Amino acid sequence: MYSIKHLGVALLILLLAGCAGQSGGSQGDDLFGEYGGEEAAAATAGTGADEGIPAGSAFGEGGESVVAGPSASAENRLIYFDFDSSEVREQYRELLAAHARYLAANPAARLRLEGHADERGSREYNIGLGERRAQAVRNLLLLQGASAEQLSTVSYGEERPAVLGSDEEAWSLNRRVELVYQR
Amino acid sequence: MGRGRHRWLAALACAALLAFSGMAAAELRIEISEGVEKAVPVAIVPFGWEGELSAPADVAGIIAADLARSGRFAPIPVADMLQRPTAGREVDFDDWRILGVEYLVVGRLLPAGEDFTIQFQLFDVLRGRQLLGYRQPARRRLLRATVHRVADMLYEELTGVPGVFGTRIAYVTVSGGPDARHYRLVVADADGENARVLVDSPAPLMSPAWSPDGRKLAYVSFERDHSEIYVQELRSGARQRVSARRGVNSAPAWSPDGRYLALTLSRQDGNLDIYTLELATQLLKRLTRHPAIDTEADWSSDGRWLYFTSDRGGGPQIYRIAADGSGRPERVSFEGSYNARPRVSPAAEQLAVVHNDRGNYRIATIDLRRATLQVLTDGRLDESPSFAPNGETLIYATRQGNRGVLATVTVDGRIRQRITALEGDVREPAWSPFPAN
Repeated sequence: MYSIKHLGVALLILLLAGCAGQSGGSQGDDLFGEYGGEEAAAATAGTGADEGIPAGSAFGEGGESVVAGPSASAENRLIYFDFDSSEVREQYRELLAAHARYLAANPAARLRLEGHADERGSREYNIGLGERRAQAVRNLLLLQGASAEQLSTVSYGEERPAVLGSDEEAWSLNRRVELVYQR
Repeated sequence: MGRGRHRWLAALACAALLAFSGMAAAELRIEISEGVEKAVPVAIVPFGWEGELSAPADVAGIIAADLARSGRFAPIPVADMLQRPTAGREVDFDDWRILGVEYLVVGRLLPAGEDFTIQFQLFDVLRGRQLLGYRQPARRRLLRATVHRVADMLYEELTGVPGVFGTRIAYVTVSGGPDARHYRLVVADADGENARVLVDSPAPLMSPAWSPDGRKLAYVSFERDHSEIYVQELRSGARQRVSARRGVNSAPAWSPDGRYLALTLSRQDGNLDIYTLELATQLLKRLTRHPAIDTEADWSSDGRWLYFTSDRGGGPQIYRIAADGSGRPERVSFEGSYNARPRVSPAAEQLAVVHNDRGNYRIATIDLRRATLQVLTDGRLDESPSFAPNGETLIYATRQGNRGVLATVTVDGRIRQRITALEGDVREPAWSPFPAN
């Protein structure tokens, strides 16, 4: 009984894998897509270890250095937000400036900004909040030297929480933008 | 060109396979958590069956369960019945008056070639009078669905409101751990039976929306790492990607004539606005143009207006704009700091919304004529209201402990049900239109 069920699941996974590969391939001649060449990289999103591109390091005004770019620690690739707000807190300005300097120094680097919201309220409105947060980060990076074709945004709203739970702590960890360097 | 076409066919085939895989469907369990104080006692007598083998369906059992789930009727147990007539002329009304039964249903399931006829009569017990008598043909394959249709006829005769037992619910389930999530788009009968998986994806699925003829669903999928809108035929499973523009592609809603989708796009500038898309021509029309978030539109029943959420005034509130894009948006919600996700009632000048009630997110209705708001639910994180096609009941997503479950509440707030899946979270219910005849 169980093995049959597992076989079914395995088949479905294979099938899905086939479909995913297939639809990825058709992206280029998508009638309705506005995704150009640079977006094709998004199909192979990954945050794997850096190869070849030297890690940039920046010096903060406060004297403490932060590491930006693909080899930045997970903590340095996360921007958290207040409830119902897309304002980037002062504490992240220097970190984002460092990422912008990395992008300016590495024109081939591509950064995907993934915006998220906490679980409260309407799901579609939360897609809006996540997008607005990703755009706020994007605008700061552009102001500080990154170029538009290096940056893409996506909003997952409340659909991909980092932390499960329905309390202030979980919510504050889920209101975020993740900086995902593309390879 | 030839290659592109080949890929498109392959995509269709994949979608169709997914549609037919239909396995591991999340079964639903429905309980009435709160009913009317005085549900009307009724008797649904086991239907006669004269076929050779055992009866192919418990017709009376399905009808009784439907009527009981409505919360308005209390079918008496079969064991209490003093007689079991299967036709009107066999009924002794005194036997039912003693039991306090107000309405009585008797009938027979008759073989008709390969198929069946459901013959039934509804009686007012006090007056000893027939209210409804009908012979309903039923295809073998659709027997259960046809019995729900019979329950709908009985319900309408007794309440004056069309029944929704023959309708369906679409919803999204999520199961598996953080690294092995399964998002499934499922369609089940209104009684939770017959659940079928339409899409199974490792990436989020959102916002299912029924076409007005009940044959297609539009939904949002992140399967290619960004949001895209698909339209999928229920029967064949064939699907079409209708919007994969740069940025957000979200919140599809069908126009009442089925020709247009309202949707939310962010395009190049990252700013969410409301658009309409004519499906036959792919003609896109922008309706709002504002730096605020404008999203999750729904059409008025006459197709003239789109109601949507916008935070142009600070927090999210409900606005409406003419569907042809003329004029300026006008605000229609005024009570409270958070009103979002409007859904237009098919029956009255009323919206259902998600409303922040002293820190709790709850389902409320807004009377559009009087601009008054009534909170209907008492959860902390209620969302995604959807009207039954008769406008009498709302289905919505809520929490039971840490699990996502569904619940229904009548618009008068009197009858409540809770609907749980056997595993995982259930969310984003969308109630189908009435089935086409």
